Amino acid sequence: MGLLEVQDLTLRFGGLEVIDHLSFDVDEGSIVSLIGPNGAGKTSIFNCLTGFYRANSGDIRFAGKSVVKRTPHEITQRGMARTFQNLRLFRSLSVMENVMSGMHCRTHMGALGAILRSPRQRREEALIHQTAEECLDFVGILHYKDRRATTLPYGDQRRVEWARALATRPRLLLFDEPAAGLNYEEKSRFIDLVRRIREQLRITIFMIDHDMAMIMKVSEKVIVIDYGRKIAEGDCEEVQNDPKVIEAYLGREDEEAH
Amino acid sequence: MAGNGTAMAPLPRRTGFAGFEDRIFELMDQRGYRYAVLGVLLAAVLALPRFSSNYVLEIFTNSFLYVVLCLGLNIVAGYAGLLDLGYAAFFAIGAYTSGVLTSQFGWNFWLAIPPALALAGAVGVMIGAPTLRLRSDYLAIVTLGAGEIIRILARNLKSITGGPSGLIGIKRPAFFGLELNQISHYYYIFLVMVILALVVSYRLEHSRLGRAWKYVRDDEDVAEAMGIPKSLIKLSAYTMGAMFAGLGGCFFAAKMTAISPDSFTFLQSLMIVVAMVLGGMGKIAGMVVGALVMVLFPEVFRTIGPLRMLVFGIILILMMVFRPQGIWPERRH
Amino acid sequence: MSIFDIIAQQLANSLVLGSFYALVAIGYSMVYGIIKLLNFAHGDIFMVGAFIGFAILSLLTGIIGNGWLGIAVAILLSMIATGCLGVIIQRVAYRPMLAAPRLSIMITALGVSLVLFNSVMAMTNGQYLAFDTGLSYDGIDYGPIHFSYTQIVLVISTAVLMVGMTLFVEKTIWGKAMRAISIDMEVCRLMGIDVNKIIALTFFVGSALAAAAGVMAGTYYGSIHFFMGFIIGLKAFTAAVLGGIGILPGAMLGGLLLGTLESFGTQIPWIGSQWKDVFSFGILILVLVFKPNGLLGRTTIERM
Repeated sequence: MGLLEVQDLTLRFGGLEVIDHLSFDVDEGSIVSLIGPNGAGKTSIFNCLTGFYRANSGDIRFAGKSVVKRTPHEITQRGMARTFQNLRLFRSLSVMENVMSGMHCRTHMGALGAILRSPRQRREEALIHQTAEECLDFVGILHYKDRRATTLPYGDQRRVEWARALATRPRLLLFDEPAAGLNYEEKSRFIDLVRRIREQLRITIFMIDHDMAMIMKVSEKVIVIDYGRKIAEGDCEEVQNDPKVIEAYLGREDEEAH
Repeated sequence: MAGNGTAMAPLPRRTGFAGFEDRIFELMDQRGYRYAVLGVLLAAVLALPRFSSNYVLEIFTNSFLYVVLCLGLNIVAGYAGLLDLGYAAFFAIGAYTSGVLTSQFGWNFWLAIPPALALAGAVGVMIGAPTLRLRSDYLAIVTLGAGEIIRILARNLKSITGGPSGLIGIKRPAFFGLELNQISHYYYIFLVMVILALVVSYRLEHSRLGRAWKYVRDDEDVAEAMGIPKSLIKLSAYTMGAMFAGLGGCFFAAKMTAISPDSFTFLQSLMIVVAMVLGGMGKIAGMVVGALVMVLFPEVFRTIGPLRMLVFGIILILMMVFRPQGIWPERRH
Repeated sequence: MSIFDIIAQQLANSLVLGSFYALVAIGYSMVYGIIKLLNFAHGDIFMVGAFIGFAILSLLTGIIGNGWLGIAVAILLSMIATGCLGVIIQRVAYRPMLAAPRLSIMITALGVSLVLFNSVMAMTNGQYLAFDTGLSYDGIDYGPIHFSYTQIVLVISTAVLMVGMTLFVEKTIWGKAMRAISIDMEVCRLMGIDVNKIIALTFFVGSALAAAAGVMAGTYYGSIHFFMGFIIGLKAFTAAVLGGIGILPGAMLGGLLLGTLESFGTQIPWIGSQWKDVFSFGILILVLVFKPNGLLGRTTIERM
């Protein structure tokens, strides 16, 4: 049983089938990537997984339980976190505060606790701060923690996103185009980070990206979709040599080499 | 070992007025200075009654009340980003509840405060629960309507609220036997209320809940993705703000000993909004500044009289376009 | 009067009322569609349009009289003037706010509403101004039911305007641009569409339609008052939400539907006409709670 099981998922916009009876598994502890030409429906899949879109039919099971009808915050609470394709940090807040948002679903002090500043509340605050700092350190930007998030260079803002997702203490981390806009050095650092996340934090990784070289370097399994349908699945070599995959990419205008 | 790319480049120093503001913040970040300034302010505020006329005390007492109201709206609009245009309704609920309990049922003023807060909070939940689930745009109009409805109810439920002429003969509260009948008494009582509100505001802001409000304000969808139940969080802000207003209402009723629906109109809600925008939304110090400005300028407002709302409208537009952070400067990280 | 007569009469009333609501609701919907703002000040634009029409009509009375010709000219000129006002307002108060947090633009909208509302109040000293038209109460009669020519002309004019609007949005390049921007503004910018100009155009059209409704309302009710914008604004907003905010046919449908509900609703014995405002507000609450996307709206899918 995979950590994430997608069964016969279908999503329609108007008359168009954006996701067409899609099924796949992501096993715990693995690094899986989802690729496909532009418009294939990848981000829509992410949105369904994380509860932002409601699928028309099919099921999504996370850790054995169906999440297809759950709200986004419930899904995150259960252990599935995500990053965003177009950077979406909390723009008025510092890097540290951005990352601390991840810990909200792992803590529970409310108004009364805040007002009274009980020992338990102070311990919880300390835990939140500590966890956030650990996540920032893990991605390598602890020294930026008090800076306003939007003042950071682009590559480092991406790292804040990653740290923020890590702070939710997920079992499965969904990366939505994590390498977009990164230069070569930053991309290799990302690959390194992904491996460390899996080795040291034991988090399963599922990602979408366009950068073939990077995907092939880091993934254990690759799922290829086109027009909302799965056209191939397997390890990097199988997928690279699959004629259906080659046709899908060559037959379509792909704007990104890498 | 985590990879480390860029060393931190320090932000360039700003010049001119913005630089001046930054310099003040740098100064205030040092503990010694901060406590010294606060200490001086506190001493000045405590000593004021000895050196001032009743008129000045009256103004300051009113400004304390305004600070509390602004702090409450600051939670709703400043922290959580919800535009509440019917805020005066909760002010009314607090005032009427404590007024009725003390004058018609003979309750002790201090004991009447919790039920007033509870009722204000309950009404907040009633209004907020269905409407906060929707996009924030709708909230402004719905809260405007809700505020008006509550005021109309206050005017029409004659048996409870005394109708259009309002509630009169509200007993003056007693403090450990001493009946409060001088402005200086009220000054100190209101001062305690305001300090309480300031402390509570500060603690809320720098807590898990306060941060959650800001996350929802900045990007509610991403906040949701981070595991934050956005509707619940918005509701908590709205309700907390309602209770602040309710608290202010209790003290207002006790001081005025007579209240009527005319104190709780849309104009009142609007004035609190203007005070908040002027002072600086989302900042506690901004609330103090904004409240002071609104209370200290009634002379100005009296001369323009019916043009008040027009001026407020212009102020709102000008502030948002030219200085959205308000009078109190924004800290830059 | 038999029950059918009453129904027919009310239908006539509701058509006229619904027309006003629909015209104003279109403005709400268009602006919301394009910049996701519920323009608080839109009801006041309606009111200002009525007053501008009044001023023009007063000027024209000597020249071409205050019959249908005078009214038509007044409507036209008021539409243009109010349209321009709408453009100026968005340039000054809304465009600078597009990149700011949502709360900021809502506050400036509030500010604009206050300025418009109170300016007119100050200028008229809060008085009702009689909208002098040379129109009579003549009309067509079916037994006890009376459809005045005024009602008929107003309804037809509104229908013409709405058809014009629909054609504009569906067929012209600007209409298409408006719809495109309402889906994704950023992409439109990248595609080379002058987003600012289209936004200005949207405000022009929305304000012009509201002005038309305003002058017509003045004609129909015989008097105008600075407060008329507030109530109409609220109701047109209800209509827009009822039909589906951001959707043009929704605004029209919502307007007509609300007009009908209100006309018939006030006939219910214990509601009566003094409660009709609360009645409309109640409908708003019901819609927001049960069907916030309106009758024609689809469950909005977030673009992440």
